Amino acid sequence: MKTLTCLKTFLAITIFLGISSISFAETNDANGSGANDSDQVAGSKIDAVNQAELSKQLEETAKEGIAAGNTAWMITATALVLFMTLPGLAMFYGGLVQSKNVLSVLMHCFAIACLASIIWVTVGYSLALTPGGLEDEARGWIGGKGQFFLEGLLEGQNEENGFPTSVWIIFQMTFAIITPALIVGAFVERIKFSAMLLFCALWLLVVYCPVCYWVWGGGWLAKAGVIDFAGGIVVHATAGASALTLAWMLGRRKGFPNSLKPPHNPGMVMIGASMLWVGWFGFNAGSAGAANGDAGMAMLVTHLSAATASLVWMFIEWKKTGKPGLVGIVTGTIAGLATITPASGAVGPMGAIIIGATAGIVCYFACGLIKEKLGIDDSLDVAAVHGVGGILGTLMVSYFGQTGVLGGQGISRHGEDGDGAYFTWTEQLTVQAQGCLAAIALSVVATYVIVKIVGALTGGIRVSEDDETKGLDQAAHGENGYSLN
Amino acid sequence: MKLIKSIIKPFKLEDVKDALSEIGVEGMTVIEAKGFGRQKGHTEIYRGSEYTIDFLPKVVIEIVVSDDLCDKVIDAISKAAKTEKIGDGKIFVLPVEQAVRIRTGEQGDEAL
Repeated sequence: MKTLTCLKTFLAITIFLGISSISFAETNDANGSGANDSDQVAGSKIDAVNQAELSKQLEETAKEGIAAGNTAWMITATALVLFMTLPGLAMFYGGLVQSKNVLSVLMHCFAIACLASIIWVTVGYSLALTPGGLEDEARGWIGGKGQFFLEGLLEGQNEENGFPTSVWIIFQMTFAIITPALIVGAFVERIKFSAMLLFCALWLLVVYCPVCYWVWGGGWLAKAGVIDFAGGIVVHATAGASALTLAWMLGRRKGFPNSLKPPHNPGMVMIGASMLWVGWFGFNAGSAGAANGDAGMAMLVTHLSAATASLVWMFIEWKKTGKPGLVGIVTGTIAGLATITPASGAVGPMGAIIIGATAGIVCYFACGLIKEKLGIDDSLDVAAVHGVGGILGTLMVSYFGQTGVLGGQGISRHGEDGDGAYFTWTEQLTVQAQGCLAAIALSVVATYVIVKIVGALTGGIRVSEDDETKGLDQAAHGENGYSLN
Repeated sequence: MKLIKSIIKPFKLEDVKDALSEIGVEGMTVIEAKGFGRQKGHTEIYRGSEYTIDFLPKVVIEIVVSDDLCDKVIDAISKAAKTEKIGDGKIFVLPVEQAVRIRTGEQGDEAL
């Protein structure tokens, strides 16, 4: 009955506060009328800007080339995407491992976020998104070193869409952060921390930056007309393929596949997935680069894919195991989100529902395939969910992105200025497939080489058997996730 | 003096405590445990992988009583903890050599 008393008290306080604030608001209005514009906003610390000042500000931002709406949205989207990693992905992965390893997973995500940030602004951004080689014949395969250490970045330097270049740099940085963080899922509970840091640093330079350049930096895939709105190839395919390779080289966890422990905190998994869903609005809608209809549509289709994939996964699991689980439904969510990512700028809402449904089905069975058929301990199903999902979406956009197909917004067009005839869906599919294959090939080969190098430098990328048994929280980080007594 | 150690289903703890209270036993120590006997575990499935959970949550109640109370206690616990399904638990009785109340130093039956 204590709960009931608490609830009654809470309700009483809320009603009291509600009535008080209404009456105070009325009092303020009565006092302030006519005296000064600023009094109209009760309790505001900022003086209301009068008309003349406002006009002056608008003039100045127009001179600077700032589109306030676009800038505000891109800044917000950046925060949302960082939120996806910290703490969205961290919690999503954290809840899936054993309690003795929860901190190590949070640590991986956090450390990667920090490390990737520095790498991005020193060399990453320049290599990934600025033209390489000579001006008129920019290389197709990697960017230039002209903006190492963000040289030449000026305050007031803006992008085509009227938002500051500094914002563009950090928005893209959040993508460079989450991509290696996705790979964490493949090596949990047994990787050496130093090896992980080294791996991620090298991987960003050798895999992420080139592929990012190919697709978003004006590289060869962009020139070929590839469609990857927010990172089906750049983020999910690369992370998935690298995760699979790394998991295979690292070896299976002790107890795989027959005596594993279930996720220690499915609630944490759901909380993380929820944060990822919300943050993904920044990921996809932010990739529109503007506060406009494209962004709005991207947000809508992203959401529909997530919702559909969740339900489809849930129903499949219900049929196959007899019970619909929480871990299952939220995994479906992520599958839906990953799959819509490359297509979110081109498909319509109904197309998104079909994409989501397909994602739910395909990724569900991909999980079983990789673990059971291939026997690879990609512990948190990075390849099955992100890899397969990203590739699936990249391919499906060829058809569902066409105008006239379920609300499609349009795929690539021929011609130098992109104003020629639309690609046929088979033409688009060819480019998409080329992009996927190239990204996968680079990911696999580079991961293999990097792991060999890192292994040599750290004396083996895997922790000792004793440490694995003790748990990485204690063994690697000297901390306890839950000190409950 | 006897140590009566009972392994019971966790949700029965309140019932057992009340039953013991009715016959005059006010003190006990409770340990959260896990175990199994004939009651098998179950399987949980996450993302297509099966996890076999052999151990079930149990609660161990330890009380030390004078010899004359022993049978009454066993009877009370049995009635309160029974659900007539597999996994109800077991009661063990062990002899106790000595008992001491820490605060006063009383020993034997006076310490109980």
